[in-house]
Amino acid sequence: MGIFEWLNNQLLKMEWLFWLVRVLVEDVLGLSMATATGASVHFFIYDVIKIFILLAVLIFTVSWVQSYFPPERTRKILGTMKGFKANLAGALMGTITPFCSCSSIPLFIGFTSSGLPLGVTFSFLISSPLVDLASVILLASIFNWSIAIAYVVVGLVLAVIGGTIISRANMTRHVESFVLHSPVLDIPQVELTRKDRFDYSTAQVADIFKRVWLYVLIGVGIGAVIHNWLPESWITTVLGQDNWWSVLVATLIGVPMYADIFGTLPIAEALVGKGVGLGTALAFMMAVTALSLPSLIMLKKVIKMPLLVLFIGIVVCGIVIIGLVFNAFAYLLI
Amino acid sequence: MKIKILGSGCSKCKALTENTQAALTHLGLEAEIIKVTDFAEIAAHGVMSTPALAVDDKIVSVGKVLQSSEIEKLLR
Repeated sequence: MGIFEWLNNQLLKMEWLFWLVRVLVEDVLGLSMATATGASVHFFIYDVIKIFILLAVLIFTVSWVQSYFPPERTRKILGTMKGFKANLAGALMGTITPFCSCSSIPLFIGFTSSGLPLGVTFSFLISSPLVDLASVILLASIFNWSIAIAYVVVGLVLAVIGGTIISRANMTRHVESFVLHSPVLDIPQVELTRKDRFDYSTAQVADIFKRVWLYVLIGVGIGAVIHNWLPESWITTVLGQDNWWSVLVATLIGVPMYADIFGTLPIAEALVGKGVGLGTALAFMMAVTALSLPSLIMLKKVIKMPLLVLFIGIVVCGIVIIGLVFNAFAYLLI
Repeated sequence: MKIKILGSGCSKCKALTENTQAALTHLGLEAEIIKVTDFAEIAAHGVMSTPALAVDDKIVSVGKVLQSSEIEKLLR
């Protein structure tokens, strides 16, 4: 076995933890892994610990990178570009921004009022919750690297195309007028010291941990139930690979839900384990993270209905297409 | 003196409010602390990253929970 594969299995997939939890479940709790109870207890403990470890390490790293790109700087960088390049840059910058959708509205206002094209801002808004370093590593941990990379690529493509369509649709009149007339604040940027970045990153870890731990527990709990209790035939009847509409169902269920990628991944993992198509599981995950009722309600305060509908339409269609493509070509990735 | 804390009510805004209060008490200053939670109003100040702090309607810090010692420097 190559050294890379060994590192990958131990650090990312955490095989050591798998065996450790197995010892705990079998020898300490006295449950057999062959029973549904034993297997779900194992799934739950192993997944929760794994996700929490990855979450802490990843958020710390991402926050460190992020501390070099405060919104004011991002805005300046995007302002120097035009056309396709600007959309692509917007999508890329979206991958290293805060995870929380609550921070995206002030960003939207700040970007738009400074005169950034609407499409560029939307490229940023679409990619920001969808693709980030943390989700990529988690995907690599739970599935594999080719799936993780494919996910990033399609996420970015969706963000660029979505933003481009919104640029072309001449939608500026559907932005609430106060957004366009907000002042542009230019605060001199203070150079951060290494200690500042360290403090910022630890604070981010604590903050995000507090916000998502419950979703992770719920997500892994649902995953454990799917994994070991729900009969496979039930799941494949609704979401099986033979039904082309399974992607649509998964997307529509996912859209109103609010959770983040850390809570959704274990559900996707369990679904794929039960024979649900990879594209269907990914579509569900993308729908949950990219759109949610609370974030749409917030967005409604700054944009008018036609633009909101166009935004939702583009993202939903995009996710469904991505799901179908992944289902069709999954055999190349697994 | 009028101090505004801008942010949509997250835990960081609460921390910033507490630190501001502590700084005021420490300096023996009287000031009115106003919490601004409405997006439109936050945006009207040009703020993109919350929590932000404004002293007499002038933004002095964005996107950071300042320690009370840092706030004292800004208030002096």
